[in-house]
Amino acid sequence: MKWPVRVLELVGGAVTGVLEALGRFVVLLARTLRGLVRPPFDLRALVSQVVRVGVDSVPVVLVTAGFTGGVLALQTFNGFARFHAEGFVGSVVALSMLRELGPVLTGLMVTGRAGSAMAAELGTMRVTEQIDALVALATDPVKYLFVPRVLAGILVLPMLVVLSNGVGIVGGYLVAVRLLGANPVVYVDNTFQYLGMEDLWSGLIKAAVFGGLLTFIGCQRGFDTTGGAEGVGRATTAAVVSGSLAILVADFFLTKVLF
Amino acid sequence: MTKRFGAKVVLDAVDLTVPVGESLVVLGKSGVGKSVLVKHLIGLLEPDAGSVRVLGDDLWAVPSRRRDELRRRFGMSFQEGALFDSLSVGENIAFPLKRHTKMTKGEVRDRVAECLEAVRLPGMEAKRTSELSGGMRRRVGFARAIALKPEILLFDEPTTGLDPINTDVLVRVITELNHRMNPTMVTITHDLSVAFAVAERVALLDEGRIRADLPPREFETSPDPRVRAFVLGDSSLEDARTAPEEVSP
Ligand SMILES: Nc1ncnc2c1ncn2[C@@H]1O[C@H](COP(=O)(O)OP(=O)(O)OP(=O)(O)O)[C@@H](O)[C@H]1O
Ligand SMILES: [Mg+2]
Repeated sequence: MKWPVRVLELVGGAVTGVLEALGRFVVLLARTLRGLVRPPFDLRALVSQVVRVGVDSVPVVLVTAGFTGGVLALQTFNGFARFHAEGFVGSVVALSMLRELGPVLTGLMVTGRAGSAMAAELGTMRVTEQIDALVALATDPVKYLFVPRVLAGILVLPMLVVLSNGVGIVGGYLVAVRLLGANPVVYVDNTFQYLGMEDLWSGLIKAAVFGGLLTFIGCQRGFDTTGGAEGVGRATTAAVVSGSLAILVADFFLTKVLF
Repeated sequence: MTKRFGAKVVLDAVDLTVPVGESLVVLGKSGVGKSVLVKHLIGLLEPDAGSVRVLGDDLWAVPSRRRDELRRRFGMSFQEGALFDSLSVGENIAFPLKRHTKMTKGEVRDRVAECLEAVRLPGMEAKRTSELSGGMRRRVGFARAIALKPEILLFDEPTTGLDPINTDVLVRVITELNHRMNPTMVTITHDLSVAFAVAERVALLDEGRIRADLPPREFETSPDPRVRAFVLGDSSLEDARTAPEEVSP
């Protein structure tokens, strides 16, 4: 065969592969969205996922938020001191946490914890034919596996973000007041002075979207696993990488829309 | 129907009919596509060409809701059990009962106990599936498949890897099911004694095609060299061109 033909074939094959994967992704997404709005709902499964996504992620989210708030205070204090604006450190910490860092960091941490776990679980179910068994038992695996997980993500992420916001602000306060000697009254005043409800809301909307995204991607990567234990490993990694990327990209567009 | 994986043709225009109420056994070498074949029967795999008809309906021409209705009339046991490892043994067997029947909790409990009894694993309801041996998993998978008393049963190597006693237990369960409810059955096995004990017809899958499809007696005495090789367990007969009578001993 002539090489231009081979090249065309290779390119064509790659393009078909990508389109096929994209098609499967869209179909799964549509089936999940339909499952989210159409009864019956499995309340027990939802609760158990809420516990697994939410409660189990609390420690890691607390630590992340606390230290991020602290570091934020440390950095801005240093910078702002150069033009005598130390008073605004509180506002900067609060605004950054609520609008941006709370949702994004929580999303990323939960992707690492829960998104990866979902990919591993569904991936194992795929390679041990448990998903086939579900289908054989006339049970829609998307409704049974995806829907409670994605719903749990959408519900739980905003709650985690509220927590993360609070802890981040406290972390900033501790660093600014205890470590850097800022005036506590001024700091607290400043923290809330420029905050509006819309800052909280925009962060919570982001959180809900991230929660849906990261759980869906975790499920989808696991569901499409091929190739045994090694495939499960690949799916888990892919869930973290593509989940994190999806959050960062979605964050940009949401920020643009919600501002 | 035809099924390929990549460039590999696993099923090459296989044409197979199982009349209602019949018990068919499919034999074939490891890797020949037996599991792929049964997965087509219940719509776990979609053929690349051709169709699968179940009770008059083309599985892949009807809407997915109808496909699920048809699947409810099946019971399938998987080669490796395919038990849900997030559920206990009892919950695994109760799964189809809870989802597809209006049985009360007590009735479900009784039916689960009955199924476990049948595969000689009484009182194992609370066990985690991870605590089971391979043979036990397969038997629990078998119990889950028969829980709904389905009209169509698919057993993918139900006895492979079991000791002779438990193999006999399963053979008895299958024969008894066959007598009591006369389901349509497709059993895959490597074990000829199992095959001849449960079959009303035996088919040999070979190189992507149904090489032979005969009543057990005739299958056993078939002159086809591929069938002979399988029945006698002699790989040297496989490529014989001549009928086995003419092969020198
Ligand atoms: N999902 C799949 N993707 C790619 N190839 C597959 C897939 N499933 C099966 N195959 C291939 O199809 C062929 C038949 O597999 P199958 O599992 O049906 O064999 P089998 O007859 O059941 O063997 P055994 O008796 O060992 O269970 C094998 O060569 C296998 O590699
Ligand atoms: Mg097999």
